[in-house]
Order: sequence, then structure tokens, then C-alpha cells
Amino acid sequence: MKKTRLYACHRKLGGKMIEFFGWEMPVEYRGIVEEHLAVRNRAGLFDVSHMGEIVISGKDALAFVQYLTPNDASRLSVNQAQYTALTTPRGTFVDDLLVYCLDQYRYLMVVNAANSDKDYEWILSHQEEFNVKVQNQSQSFTQIALQGPNALEILRPLTSLNLQEMKYFWSGWDKIQGEEFLISRTGYTGEDGFELYTLSTQPEKAWEVILEEGKKYELLPVGLGARDTLRLEAKLMLYGNDIDETTTILEADLRWLVKFKKGDFLGRDVLLRQKEDGIKRKIVGFEVVERGIARQHYPVFIHSKKVSEVTSGTFSPYLKKSIGLTYLPVEYSEEGTEFEIGIRSKKVKARVIPTPFYRKNENP
Amino acid sequence: MYPEDFYYTKDHEWAQIKGDTATVGITDFAQKQLGDVVYVELPEVGTQLEFHQTIGVVESVKAVSDIYSPLSGEVVAVNGELTNSPELINQDPHGKGWILHLKVKDNSEIEKLMSATEYEKFIEGLEG
Repeated sequence: MKKTRLYACHRKLGGKMIEFFGWEMPVEYRGIVEEHLAVRNRAGLFDVSHMGEIVISGKDALAFVQYLTPNDASRLSVNQAQYTALTTPRGTFVDDLLVYCLDQYRYLMVVNAANSDKDYEWILSHQEEFNVKVQNQSQSFTQIALQGPNALEILRPLTSLNLQEMKYFWSGWDKIQGEEFLISRTGYTGEDGFELYTLSTQPEKAWEVILEEGKKYELLPVGLGARDTLRLEAKLMLYGNDIDETTTILEADLRWLVKFKKGDFLGRDVLLRQKEDGIKRKIVGFEVVERGIARQHYPVFIHSKKVSEVTSGTFSPYLKKSIGLTYLPVEYSEEGTEFEIGIRSKKVKARVIPTPFYRKNENP
Repeated sequence: MYPEDFYYTKDHEWAQIKGDTATVGITDFAQKQLGDVVYVELPEVGTQLEFHQTIGVVESVKAVSDIYSPLSGEVVAVNGELTNSPELINQDPHGKGWILHLKVKDNSEIEKLMSATEYEKFIEGLEG
């Protein structure tokens, strides 16, 4: 099993370690609920070094990224990032990812741990006409996420970057404890916060100093368990659960990241046709109305007929109710629509509700 | 840690027997493995349970775990407090977090259960 460079830190903090797509990762330290609420109310620190990093560089770097992804990477300034996807010719997901413009000829893709090898092969297999170099640096990067309403205050004294002024989906380079980091105002929790990338072999120095600085805010280390519940409350997609090679971007309700006007890209024709003809099914957020917790793969019924499965489902620690995502036929996807979920031997009532389930307080 | 007068199963249930009635719950080891309990599904009073039959479900944020009956018998009471306060299982697994009362059908089944000392040895083995 692969270990991140922060493995010893997790052990020291008493993290409960599990295998996650070949990586030995902390699932929780003190408990999912406590860690989840720490991020919502104060701040949490995550090791997400299992995420993959692929760098595309060279003269045709932008053109290649444009071909592989549906969002418009030409709109990115240096140090800016966007959420996008690697699409199949069928308009479905090879993966979802963040792409950073490091400079005019260099783009960094941050991809899912489970997909990093697949993505790398996919990218290589489409490279031929483009003058680019593709490097899979997934093993070398450490990625730390600091998330929550106090994230800014915790990180601010540790860098000379003007974090206050840094806009969402922007980033900058700076040294923390003498090690070079790309500091980005992004995250996967629905909170304000930062993701820090480094190739340093001593990232634990930054991890430790952030924990120390965070003490007065009762910052907690947070494992993958709460990362999953946090992202689901914010309705952020999880590859392998909510999106995959069978779901199109439009079905996943991510129309906003497809920029048809930018020119050709993989899957454009299919997506354009789907946009014009309309989709047949769509991802929706639901709450369970009766007692029970909906989990991934539980069957979904409309008028007693099985129509799909729960793609993600959990007990929401913040909202204190059972929430989840599933694909429903579009005619049943409107808010308020009731349907049933099979929980063990029972069929339990659920209702389509607006998403995200949780939206952070926008007040400063 | 583990009350001397309780009996234990390999599935981490406990039973405290008084007269012909057994109080049943899950052990401290079980609640720690599960994490924060957020949902409990209880059987109905009157249900006849066989030895090792599923009697209900305990769920944490992350996991779903079946509870098995440590003995055969009839459910004579369930802990209704757990419906609104499932966290009692974490806070007091061997006390206020009890799950149900069972009218014991066959006293000889008690011999299949572990004593506190045996159970402690058993979980030591699991923790490796």
C-alpha cells in the first residue's frame, strides 16, 4: 500500500487508517461527526495527497487541455483554476478534475486518486497530434487542504501572500517553513478554504505549523470519512459514486462547465445533441422523509418500479437527516417529487429537495 | 471495563440475565468500531427471536451494522430512547444504551456465550 509523506503525522494523531484505492489514508481521528462539524464551524486540516497530479506542458498545452476537457481553459489566467472533466467521446466522465494554469505552456490537472493511472493513459492516448509533454506526478505531490470559516485566519500568518484578496479558484506560490507550495483558494467541503500543493519531501513541517497555528481556533485534523459527508452536503460530485463513464455531464447537472462555443473537444457532438434533444434522466438531491438512512446502491423506486440506485447517501451530520443523490427520469426530477428507496426489506419515502443541501453563510 | 455479570458474543453483543429476562446491548468495543451512532432500528415488542437472529440495525455516519440476538426468546421491551438519542449507545453502551429486553426461552444457550474475561481476550486478539 502507498503511504503519503504525512503518514507518520496521522499515526501520531491517532488516525484510524484504511485502504483507499491503494493508499493508506486516515478515515477519521476523533470521529466523523466531530470532524465534520469542526470544518463547518471552525476549520479542519486534511491530507489529500492520494489525489493525482498530471502536468501537461509544451507549445500545445492549452490546445490539448481544450481538446480533452469541456470547460474553457483559454479563460484561465496564470495561477487561476477551473473545475472541469476529462470527457469520453460519448460526453461521459473519464474523470472530474481541477485544472490550473501554471503558466502559458504548463497546466496542472488534479484528478481523483482512483483514476490517476487511467487518466494518465487516457491523456497519453490522445496526445499524438499535440506537441506536449505529459507527466504523471501523482506520487510526488503532497496535497493538504485547510477548510472552514477560520481557514483564512489560520493560514494568513504563515504566508506573505495576500490571502484575504485571493479570489475563489485562484492560487499563488509561496514558501511555508522554507518549502515551496502552490496555495489555492479551493476545496471540496462547501466551505471557504485552501488547498496546498508541494513537491517538497518535507511537507510535514507545513502540516505541523498549520496545526499549531490552528490551535486557538480548535482546528482538527479531518479524515476521509468527514471529507465524504462534507462534500455530499455541498453536492460536490464523487467520481465512482455520482459520475462515471456511463453518466454524461448534462445528466450530472453540470451544464455550466460545458462551453460549447470554445470549439471542438471530446464528447462535444454528443453533448450538443443531448442539450438540444433534452436529457432523459438527471441527478437530483433528496432527503429521506421516513425513518432510515439511504446508502449507495440502495434501489430507487417510482410507482413500485425500480428506476435507479442511490449514488451517494449518508446521514448529514450538519443537517441531521438522511440525504443523498440519485438519477431520476427528468419528468420526476422536480423539487418536491416523492419516490421510494429500498432500505433493507422496507420501501421508505424520499423527496427531491433543492441542492446544495448545505450552503455556507455568505456574510463576511 | 466489561461488566463481570454480563455475557458476550463474538458479534459484540452483551446480555445481562436477571431471572428469566435478558437485557441486550452492544459492547463498548462495538460502539468504538462503529463511531458515532446516528440511527437504530429496533424490533417490535412480541417478536420471537432465535439464537443469532438479526434483531435490528445500528448505523453510524459511515457504516451499517446488524445486531444479532445473543439468545432465543421473546422481545418484551425495547429502548425507545434510542430512536431520538441513538448516541446513548456511544455514551453508555453497557447501561443507558441498552437495546432490548428478552424473555429467555432456553437457559442452556447461555453456555454458548463468553464471560467478561473471555470476551476481553477475544477482542485483544482482534486488535492484534
